Amino acid sequence: MTRITRIDGRGLPLRGSDIDTDRIIPARYLRSITFEGMEQHLFEDDRKTTAHPLDDARFAGASVLIVNSNFGCGSSREHAPQAIHRWGIDAVVGESFAEIFFGNSLMIGMPCLTASGADVRALMDLVERDPRTEIRLDLASGTCEAGDFRCAVSLPPNCRDAFATGAWDTTGMLLDRYDEVDATAAKLPYIRGFPVEAGL
Amino acid sequence: MGTTLLKKVWDLHTVRPLPTGQTQLFIGLHLVHEVTTPQAFDELRARGWKVARPDLTFATADHIVPTMARTRPFLDVMAEDMMASLERNVRDFGLRFAGLEDERQGIVHVIGPELGLTQPGMTIACGDSHTSTHGAFGAVAFGIGTSQVRDVLASQCLAMEPLKVRRIRLTGALPRGVYAKDVILTIIQRLGVRGGTGYAYEYAGDTVERMSMDERMTICNMSIEGGARVGYVNPDETTFAYMRGRPFAPQGDAFERARTWWTSMASDPDAAYDDEVEIRAAELTPVVTWGVNPGQSIGIDGSVPSPSEPGVEPQAVSDALKYMGLKPGQPIAGTKVDVAFIGSCTNGRLSDLREAARVVRGRRVAPRVKALVVPGSVSISRAAEREGLDHIFREAGFEWRGAGCSMCLGMNPDKLEGNQVCASSSNRNFKGRQGSPTGRTLLMSPAMVAAAAVSGEVIDVREMVDR
Ligand code: SF4
Repeated sequence: MTRITRIDGRGLPLRGSDIDTDRIIPARYLRSITFEGMEQHLFEDDRKTTAHPLDDARFAGASVLIVNSNFGCGSSREHAPQAIHRWGIDAVVGESFAEIFFGNSLMIGMPCLTASGADVRALMDLVERDPRTEIRLDLASGTCEAGDFRCAVSLPPNCRDAFATGAWDTTGMLLDRYDEVDATAAKLPYIRGFPVEAGL
Repeated sequence: MGTTLLKKVWDLHTVRPLPTGQTQLFIGLHLVHEVTTPQAFDELRARGWKVARPDLTFATADHIVPTMARTRPFLDVMAEDMMASLERNVRDFGLRFAGLEDERQGIVHVIGPELGLTQPGMTIACGDSHTSTHGAFGAVAFGIGTSQVRDVLASQCLAMEPLKVRRIRLTGALPRGVYAKDVILTIIQRLGVRGGTGYAYEYAGDTVERMSMDERMTICNMSIEGGARVGYVNPDETTFAYMRGRPFAPQGDAFERARTWWTSMASDPDAAYDDEVEIRAAELTPVVTWGVNPGQSIGIDGSVPSPSEPGVEPQAVSDALKYMGLKPGQPIAGTKVDVAFIGSCTNGRLSDLREAARVVRGRRVAPRVKALVVPGSVSISRAAEREGLDHIFREAGFEWRGAGCSMCLGMNPDKLEGNQVCASSSNRNFKGRQGSPTGRTLLMSPAMVAAAAVSGEVIDVREMVDR
């Protein structure tokens, strides 16, 4: 598995809180049976109706998405982080993330780091002023550097470790020591059909 | 000090702490639908894995199913591919499946409970955020993404972070014309769409204890709209009465033993909570959303807020009002609607259709309003037809459709057009949610949708029903 400890790249500021996954990837594109090409429809409806930073040439090639709070709320569709990741985004920095989105991003190796509201605003302002600024995210020390600007970014320690060890792809880990899984299942009365021996 | 249901279920299903600090949790029931699983099955194939527990897995199709004619192949080529892919996957991996010709088919969160698959004390996972619905039975039910679907298929386990528990206690009788939908919309409005992040919501109090399973499901269903991934109600006699005789529920003596166990899984009276909130039912009114997230709502007597009002996020409010075409200070009652949609995993159950029919009976859908009723499952559709509800709706000018997700989201032929305004009994009013990039959604209870359909505008259902 790939280990992820740092991410360097230019920023893409996307302002607004409570940006939901229906906006990130409209449901009609969920009719595809693969994630391939999902990035072509990233924020499609928003981009049709407003001038969107995704279409701003100054931010072309950016790999760090910067967002406000509760990013990715709503539907559990992994198509949302998939589309973002496939667009070329390696990490997201924001004030806060919706839980399922955060977990889905972890599962596909795209860290979502949180920073204070003031720091997020400062970073957005900076990137809008100078889109060529290189952002350097260090997961281990929890720092974000961009030119002279420096701020703390955080990840729950277990996610940081998962990225650092490459264990963010969980399936292998869950299949390890499968006897313990069977032992847990064997304790559950509903799986055994509530037998008399369960002592109920 | 007692223990919450969440902790009891969590501890019992814990396989081991993972090196990542997460918990490996065994999943007692995995529900599968067509949209979020094809990529997961493909990965299983690529890695040469089997489904670990087909006996604990159940599949159906709901999101893309057309509600007019189910003739195959579907007209929509992509939907047909997706359906065929699910059929291939359930065949190849040997899964139980309620397909299109199956009388058990319906929205995954409707049929799980109906079939007795959903049971108290279980862990449940499904690649859909409204999996929280199943918490109404005292299950701990998680909405998951596709990579996690792969995890559950391959290992019957999830790597999970611990959750805190917030008890939301509702006390007193619900006033006339106020429904479970109004309760949950109020909770989301008060605690915010981010308020539940990191929490499981336990809904308790005498108001909840008196609620039917349908009502409890409506409330648990929208936990995710308040940011809480899990919502639940402690199992009680109402739960057990619902469970009895369901096809996959324990039968005979086993049912009695199950009942003992289910009872023991409920939160202890002296359980400690990470947070507690009280809400008095008597204060509640019918609620309508005015914005683009489910927390942006007001009582039917209220007016749309202004961006300059204290305590609001000015940018969010002005953005929402612009999208919705509403003016600050405008009363929400009287807002014209173009479409009325009754259905979804939130409010597409028999009792919802009955309440809506009570409003509709003897009235006509307003001119130019397109109104449709989409039962949550084939079995609800049959039961409603036995009661003659389909006649009441049809006579009033509603379309009576087949079971599925329909206009809750734009993945099937039922979509808003242009910037139509839709009174909807579903759960999300996000921009573009109902299939048109500029479509506008007003969330409300099914009875309120029925009232809006016949009035052509948002109206207080309390003026139309007497209880
Ligand atoms: S009815 Fe709506 S919310 Fe429920 S599962 Fe279907 S699409 Fe999702």
